[in-house]
Amino acid sequence: MTATTPSKPYENHLLRPGNTNCAGCGMSIGLQWLDEALGDEQPVLVIPSCCGIVTAGAFPTSGYGVPTTATTFASSPAVATGISAVAKMNDIDNPVICWAGDGGTYDIGLATLSAAAERNEDIIYICYDNEIYGNTGGQRSGATPIGAVTATTPAGKGERKKDIMAIMAAHRVPYAATLSISHREDFLRKIRYARSIKGFRFLLMLSPCPTGWKSEPDQSTELVEIAVRSGLFPLYEIFDGCRYRINQRPDNMAVDSYIEQQRRFRQIWGDPDALNAHIDAQWRYLDGMATVFPAKDSPVTAAVT
Amino acid sequence: MSRSLATGNHAAGHALALAGEANRNARGCCAGAYPITPQTEIIEYLSGFPFSKGRIVLVESEHSAMGVCIGAALSGARTFTASSSNGLAYMTENIFAAGYYRLPTVMIAVNRTLGPPWNIWVDQGDSLMMRDAAWMQFYCDSHQDLQDTVLMAFRVAEDKRVMLPVIVAMDGFVTSHTQMVVDEPTQEQVDAFLPECVIPHKLKHDHPSTFGGMTWPSETEHHRWEIQHSMENAMTVLEEARDEFEKIFGRRPAGALEAFETEDAETIFIACNTMARTLRNVVIERRKKGEKIGMIRSKLFRPFPRKELLEAIGPAKRVAVLDRNHSPGSGGIFWQEVAATLSHDPDMLLQDYLVGLGGGDVTPENINAIIDDMSERTTASDPEWKDDTA
Repeated sequence: MTATTPSKPYENHLLRPGNTNCAGCGMSIGLQWLDEALGDEQPVLVIPSCCGIVTAGAFPTSGYGVPTTATTFASSPAVATGISAVAKMNDIDNPVICWAGDGGTYDIGLATLSAAAERNEDIIYICYDNEIYGNTGGQRSGATPIGAVTATTPAGKGERKKDIMAIMAAHRVPYAATLSISHREDFLRKIRYARSIKGFRFLLMLSPCPTGWKSEPDQSTELVEIAVRSGLFPLYEIFDGCRYRINQRPDNMAVDSYIEQQRRFRQIWGDPDALNAHIDAQWRYLDGMATVFPAKDSPVTAAVT
Repeated sequence: MSRSLATGNHAAGHALALAGEANRNARGCCAGAYPITPQTEIIEYLSGFPFSKGRIVLVESEHSAMGVCIGAALSGARTFTASSSNGLAYMTENIFAAGYYRLPTVMIAVNRTLGPPWNIWVDQGDSLMMRDAAWMQFYCDSHQDLQDTVLMAFRVAEDKRVMLPVIVAMDGFVTSHTQMVVDEPTQEQVDAFLPECVIPHKLKHDHPSTFGGMTWPSETEHHRWEIQHSMENAMTVLEEARDEFEKIFGRRPAGALEAFETEDAETIFIACNTMARTLRNVVIERRKKGEKIGMIRSKLFRPFPRKELLEAIGPAKRVAVLDRNHSPGSGGIFWQEVAATLSHDPDMLLQDYLVGLGGGDVTPENINAIIDDMSERTTASDPEWKDDTA
């Protein structure tokens, strides 16, 4: 697939220069690739309280070149529902996109998200998952991986990360997929596929946060690549909540270099057993689902580049 | 127009539906809806109404009900919902968001006691809790007043000089579940009364802007000042709306307040909602005995009509407020507003009475006891508790 860069002036880009994102923030790549995948189509962005709304900077300027609204922390799917409902009754076809962090998705917004998914609202929901309450200075969330040190888990988190993809699949939404900022073609294809269908679409993007992960900003894409190749962050799609397609299998790359490059994992440096156990359990589940409930044409695709 | 027998909930729901339908040639209408006693009948009515361009979204919580209204209003639609008590409490964060976003949503608040302990009966504490949320608030004393005020609410809320949401409150059960005769408006009348809903700051694809992001203190302060200024404009807009309403419907709804027998009154009693109707009957009876008392029905709570209240009180130096709500550690919430309004007058005797809390009946006997107490007073005291066993 050939990617096309939108030939539009910078002020009309979804993410404008001069935004307030930290160096190495996964959002910066994610938002630009979202823009690229949509081409000349202009979405409405609905962003709950999170770093994503800080990205805009302070009034009256904005880092966003598309119509954008902030919402209260738990409300982005509800507000997007209202926007989508009025768009439909007025024959407006611009995509309505929630852009939310893991706190707004896994934790405080979960009931709202669940209800919008159950109603199968015509919304694309993208969670940029930095596995932490980044905007408030790095506290644990339901997305924080086991072993990670956060401002509220100084000895490392004792619990495993919540499986939000399984939760969304259980709603039988038309499409759920994971996104990697080190797999560009796969990323663009999934956004374009999501855009090509109707109903509730859920996309989960692992979003490095050098500030919270205590990692080097220039290592963000490499870290995500290791996360995919080690099996920690699987790349897969779920159609109608019941047909699975794995996009890339782990190639046995050790997760060690992933954790050693992040000081948030300092409590488990040299001792990645807990994360490896999580990886094994995750893949037993995923392989089982993909075997029993394969996507029609291609249950397991070749590795993507 | 047809006369019909309707519950308060039906009257309010019907007015919301006609107002929503009246926007069918513009952006349409949309509501987020969630049940809670005693307002549930309203959202049931809305869910069954055959809107030609509208959607009632059946959400999972009051918080999301207001979230849907926010999104739909940001897209330029006419929006409305209804709630009560703990539902309003759960919705609070988004109630403030709608106010500060300046979205002209109309919400029916069927007043119900906040729990715990569990209590489904009337108490105005739930909607009064929203007094600082940048919403206008009306309190209605009858089914007709309610239905008329709902229609007026859209006209005032969507006026560009106001552009703020409105709560229209009624008593749980006493109004919501009893029936009265109302002159029901026709769709044609409502179409004529309500202009198309135009929200100037809606999300626009030809002019992309970011709504609700960060502001610095100076801009935030200006934003609050603008809302205050719009609240002040609302008094003028309300009077214009009453004139227009009278032309189309042939009756004139009450404005900020209704004064009764206040001209020569030495003592004036202030109450809202159905309590004010009982109070009015008691005032009529005691006037027959030669007592120089009068009453004011407080209808508009936000903006609080200080000028109109001072004019209605006139030269009287004795004022009593009946509050069916309680702010622990202070007293009645209407009393606080009246006290602020009268604070310049050192000769004023102002007394607060807490009555009917938790939905106790406020009977003529209760009110007579309050009037007796007031007639013997030489000084004011802390708010007096006068429950239905008094």
